[in-house]
Amino acid sequence: MSSSNAADKAATKSGDGKLSGLTTWIDERFPLTALWKSQVAEYYAPKNMNFWYYFGSLALVVLVIQILSGLFLTMNYKPSSADAFGSVEYIMRDVEWGWLIRYIHSTGASAFFIVVYLHMFRALLYGSYQKPRELLWIFGMLIYFALMAEGFFGYLLPWGNMSYWGAQVIVSLFGAIPVVGDSLTEWIRGDFYISDVTLNRFFALHVVAIPFALVFLVIAHLMALHEVGSNNPDGVEIKKVKGPDGIPLDGIAFHPYYTVKDMVGLGVFLILFALVIFFAPTMGGYFLENANFDPANSLQTPPHIAPVWYFTPFYAILRAVPSKPLGAALMGIAVVLFVFLPWLDRGKVKSIRYRGPLFKFFLYSFAISFVALGYLGLQAPTPAYTMAARVFTVIYFAFFLLMPWYSSIDKTKPVPTRVTYHAH
Amino acid sequence: MRIDRHKKKILACVAVLAALPAVGLAAGGEAHVEKANNDIHNQASLQRGAKNFVNYCLACHSAKYVRYNRMAADIGLTEKQLTENLLWSGESPHSTMTNGLHADDGKQWFGVAPPDLSLIARSKGTDYVYTFLKSFYADPAKGNGVNNLSLPGTAMPHVLWELQGTQEAVWEGHTDAQGNVQKHFKEFKLASPGKLTPEEYDAFVRDTVNFLEYIGEPVQARRQALGYWVIAFLVFFTLLAYALKKEYWKDVK
Repeated sequence: MSSSNAADKAATKSGDGKLSGLTTWIDERFPLTALWKSQVAEYYAPKNMNFWYYFGSLALVVLVIQILSGLFLTMNYKPSSADAFGSVEYIMRDVEWGWLIRYIHSTGASAFFIVVYLHMFRALLYGSYQKPRELLWIFGMLIYFALMAEGFFGYLLPWGNMSYWGAQVIVSLFGAIPVVGDSLTEWIRGDFYISDVTLNRFFALHVVAIPFALVFLVIAHLMALHEVGSNNPDGVEIKKVKGPDGIPLDGIAFHPYYTVKDMVGLGVFLILFALVIFFAPTMGGYFLENANFDPANSLQTPPHIAPVWYFTPFYAILRAVPSKPLGAALMGIAVVLFVFLPWLDRGKVKSIRYRGPLFKFFLYSFAISFVALGYLGLQAPTPAYTMAARVFTVIYFAFFLLMPWYSSIDKTKPVPTRVTYHAH
Repeated sequence: MRIDRHKKKILACVAVLAALPAVGLAAGGEAHVEKANNDIHNQASLQRGAKNFVNYCLACHSAKYVRYNRMAADIGLTEKQLTENLLWSGESPHSTMTNGLHADDGKQWFGVAPPDLSLIARSKGTDYVYTFLKSFYADPAKGNGVNNLSLPGTAMPHVLWELQGTQEAVWEGHTDAQGNVQKHFKEFKLASPGKLTPEEYDAFVRDTVNFLEYIGEPVQARRQALGYWVIAFLVFFTLLAYALKKEYWKDVK
């Protein structure tokens, strides 16, 4: 035993030098090399992952961007109703590079949702939520819910007038719950209206509680992913066909192949991200709303209250229903329905490539409805818009509720045993 | 007594707010908005705008997030020029653009405290502010003799009347299906000229709005200039990453 240990040490010393010695020292105390190998260098991902597979790693990058930019914002932001608005302007004007950090954070919020929506749509396209990835999907949905909470709490912090009235509208939705509604809204606000108390607790939730939950859920999401393995555009389980070395024939090591590939995706993403930050930080009022440059004023509502764009599909559903309690309930259900996809989908194939016309029709109608509802939720309601929102709401729900029916009777194509890949 | 008066005022405000959308519709729906066409890269215009702001706006409206010396440096003024031309009442160049008007006094005198203008161009837009400053017209029904087409019933007097002169609004009407007469704004007519010609007044307002846009986001010009370098670097990085990816993926068959 001891002799072989000594031999190891000698080999290390003669071979790779001090760094390798350090690695050995760590490996005897912490599974550094084992983790690196199992999670990165010897994690085998399908070689046919396409454009849609950039958004997972990008979501992770945006999470890090938000945590770091948020950290620096916290150093100068003051979570009180008297100082919040002014402290944000102080960051924009007097703090060195404060404007850049603030724009990175405000643009990052929208970027997070763009990336996550595309990531989720990928899962719908290729059936990534299906067995054996149900738990992976559920962790993902929990991340999405946490992200919505994070966006909602964070939006109050600049204490602009849209922050104030947006929070007022959304918190009041809980009042639609029978019996406990009113006490519940009071409990959330900690006051009878949105006040300093509310701002303080939203700040605590935004910078401590939710980020913690997010990071924990992301780790769980990645652990589940690496346990079952990545899906791919063909929906083929690559683990079913392995070479003599036990490595899937259609799998390639995540590092270096996907680390270098994701680097390209990261570059393109950062170009778009920087274009917004440096040339259109308000995105014409969609990322930073005009009314939010007025300080919060409990006596003056903005002319038109709309949540930020990433909530508007659900907001449009809420407004499409004439009764407030029913609208609020439908809105909640619209968000939660995603969780049940693994069990609503009775299809025998995963990928859109081998699905039949019915599934394609419902999926594309759903995608169009989601975007259309998002647009309608941003507009001031007119009778025509409300009617359109109702039609799209019906399509939205039909996608989920009719899925057990259309996915089971759909005419699917045969799925190959190996992935489709053309070397380039 | 006092409290009752306040209550009445609040009620009146609420009533006006509630009626606003109706007013907008009654006025014909489409808002009258002119393009400001200002350019924050034009320093001469910004300097004139700063002078206009200090002379005509600052007495009632603060710009409390704007620091004098940073503003001066950004628009190309030396500290000496700043002290001699823009600091009239012994403010320090390091102080922010506040004024002596107490918010409560403002409320007493005008019915509503004059808002801080640091961010007005960002919240309302430059075109709106430009149009607003050009849309005062004589209205004998109002206490201070003027009304404003962009913000009907505004508490603000026409501070620039001496420069613009007095204009009257020309309306045209038609009778709708219910037999009510609907009034539409047609145009403004200059009833008595001011010190400036209409062209000079437009330029005056444009410079002022330009300054307001600058103070709304002082870093705007620098942000854009820096942006080109950042994008250039990222394009270079992406090309490099793409070459690296190509090289590695040659092995994947």
